[in-house]
Order: sequence, then C-alpha cells, then structure tokens
Amino acid sequence: MSAAVELRQVSKVYGSGPTEVHALREVDLSVRGGELVAVMGPSGSGKSTLLTIAGTLEEPTSGDVVIAGQELARLSRNDRARLRRRSIGYVFQDFNLLAGLTAVENVALPLELDGVRVKAARSAAMEVLAKLDLTERATRYPDELSGGESQRVAIARAVVGERRLLLADEPTGALDSLSAETVMRMLRLASHDGVAGVVVTHDAQMASWADRVVFLRDGRLIDQTAPGPGPESLLAPGANQ
Amino acid sequence: MSIRHALLALISEGPKYGLQLRQEFESRTGEVWPLNVGQVYTTLQRLERDGLVESEGSGGAGPQNVFTITPTGSGELNEWLRTPPDVVPPPRDELVIKVLVAMRVPGVDLPELLQVHRRHLVQAMQEYTRLKSEITEDEVELSLVVDSELFRIEAIVRWLDTADARFKRRPARAASEEPASAPRVGRKIAGIRR
Repeated sequence: MSAAVELRQVSKVYGSGPTEVHALREVDLSVRGGELVAVMGPSGSGKSTLLTIAGTLEEPTSGDVVIAGQELARLSRNDRARLRRRSIGYVFQDFNLLAGLTAVENVALPLELDGVRVKAARSAAMEVLAKLDLTERATRYPDELSGGESQRVAIARAVVGERRLLLADEPTGALDSLSAETVMRMLRLASHDGVAGVVVTHDAQMASWADRVVFLRDGRLIDQTAPGPGPESLLAPGANQ
Repeated sequence: MSIRHALLALISEGPKYGLQLRQEFESRTGEVWPLNVGQVYTTLQRLERDGLVESEGSGGAGPQNVFTITPTGSGELNEWLRTPPDVVPPPRDELVIKVLVAMRVPGVDLPELLQVHRRHLVQAMQEYTRLKSEITEDEVELSLVVDSELFRIEAIVRWLDTADARFKRRPARAASEEPASAPRVGRKIAGIRR
C-alpha cells in the first residue's frame, strides 16, 4: 500500500538570527494506511511540530509533505483546507469534544460541516461508535462520559468518513493506565482498519502498541524499532536471557 | 521467585496431586515460567520434611500422592504473602554498570549508546504488548504477568531517558576527574533499610 503520509527532508525553523530554533531537521517519515506509528522523544525534541506539519496545520520551512499522493505545496489554500477536513483526523490529550453535543453528534459533526446530510452523517457516526464499543454511550453528553470514553469518542470523530490519516498528540496523557490501554487498543483497531495513525507520546508503554516506534532527538529522527518476530518468542525458554 | 510458596498456595485451596500442581502453576502464570516434574517433587518432599504439607498415598513423593496443607504451612504461607520482597541493597544491574563504565570509556557516544538500549527495550515492550493484545479480559493472571514485565521494562526506559537528560545538563568535566561524592553514594544506598 502506498504511503498515506510522507515527510521528505522536512525541516522547521522558528524565529531567526540568534533566537533561531531548529524544531525539525531533515526528517524523512512515511506511514502507510493500516500502520500505527508512535513518535517518541524528550520534551523539545520536535514531536508536536512533526505532528502539526504532518497534519497540515503548519508549513515546513523546507522539504515536502505528501498526503494521500498529493504534494501539499502544490495545493491551493482551499484544496489544502478540504484535504485537511476530509482526510485528516486529530486526537488531543484533552479530548476537545463539544460540550453541547452528544457523542454521536460530536462524531457526525465533521461530516456535517463537510456537507454530508444529517441522517447519513449520523448513521456513519453510529457505525464508527459501534466499532469502538460505544453504541451504548452514543446519546450521552461529554460530561456524562469517563475520560477513557471521551477519548474513544474523539478517536471515532477522527476516523469517521473517508479519513486516511489519524494524528494523536499524547492521547492518553490524562488517563489512568487501564483507560489508556483501552484507548491505545482502539487507536490500533482504527488504524488497522486502513487509516494511517501517528501517535506522539513520551510513554513507552503507550508507544509499544504501535507497529513501529520512531525516536526523535533535537529535531532529528535518529532511530526506529524493527518489526518484531511475534509474541511466541517471549514464551520460549530463555527468551529473557 | 519462590516455587515453594507458590506450590504451598495452590495446596492451600485443597488437596492436590503433584502433576496437577505443576499444570495449575503453569496455567496460572500464563506458562511464562515452565516447571519440570523433578522440581515439583523435590519441592514437595522438602515441604513435607519441614511439616508444611502432609501427603497421603503410596508413600514418598510419587504421582499417586495427594498433598494437604498443615496449620504450620498455612501460617508460613500467610507470613510469606505479607513479607515485602527484598528491594535493598540494589541488584547488580548490568545496564547501570554498562552506562557508568561507558561514561569513562574514551570515544563512546553516550546518547547513541543509551538509544541502542532504549530501542532494544521498546522492541521487547512491543512484543509483550502484541501478546497482551491477544489476551482476553478474563485471562487476568496472564494479563498481570505481562503487565508486570511491561512496567519493569518501562522503568528501565525511563531510567535511560533520565540518564540522557542528566548527561545533557551536566557541566563538561575531564574524564580523569573523580566525582567528589562517588565514594559516599554506595555507603548511603547500603544504609537504606525497609
């Protein structure tokens, strides 16, 4: 499968002269549909900048961003906004659900804003909520949901419709460990359904849900994990030696 | 890990045969710690010798014997469950030693060295997490075993992250210079008691 998002030699510099900060330096990263990638690194390593650039919320100082085969720099402002609205979903640490809307209304909202009829949008939203085991909570308001449930609704909202790319910034930062685990299970489920997922986290346990973990340091992508041989190897005698 | 006490715990549920004990031990720990039959029978013989279990059957510790816990055995089990594991003095941690040594070895790129270990550990965590993703919610014992491994490895990753940050922050120092406080640290740690 071709890459859902590709960063080619992406650099980002904030400020100029003596206050210049190199947030990203020549980063190459490609994530295909169905793959969940975690980005790890200390504070200030460029994790969030990488996510906002991959999500078209910021432009790189140099390098190219390609989403679903389209080179961003070649798109008009309007086309870029449409691509962002239709193809990319975001998940934040503090959920960002609209308090006056129920779970299903929150999930349907991006489709409705994009001109999909209310009924069709709601039915698409219900379908995603069902996949994330939230059918029972669909008509609840955000203040009636637990943190873990709110984040799962946010994931549903991020993948509803024809989304290709799911971007999450510390999605489990505000959750206890079991709720966090459920959220990571759902992120994995959502991405294995065909969406490319990129999760920024400093938490190794959360990162370990990803198919691949890439490591950032001082704005450079310095390393990544190799695909593992599978869980059987852990049970072999002496596997921990 | 104490096989002796784990077997005592299984017998506390009711009388059991040796082979049955082995099967139950393995299935409850998610088959992560395989036991051989010899280990089981040797341990049972010692438990009987110490008066913690009694056996009924053909005599000796053969497969026909059923083991039952004694009041002394129950007392021993309860005491063991409440005894904190030995956490001090610290174990000789190979990775800690490697990093401490590496600080003095000329030409070693410390952040790069830490990253080699970090990647290796995160890969191990990915394998455990893959295993966890296949465990159903009712397999609580296996989940707990996997969780404990994940938390253990995560702690090492966090130690590496902290080491990384400390190296970044430390003032430049000649490799030959002795750190002033080093000789005292060992003694201070040895002085920490439960």
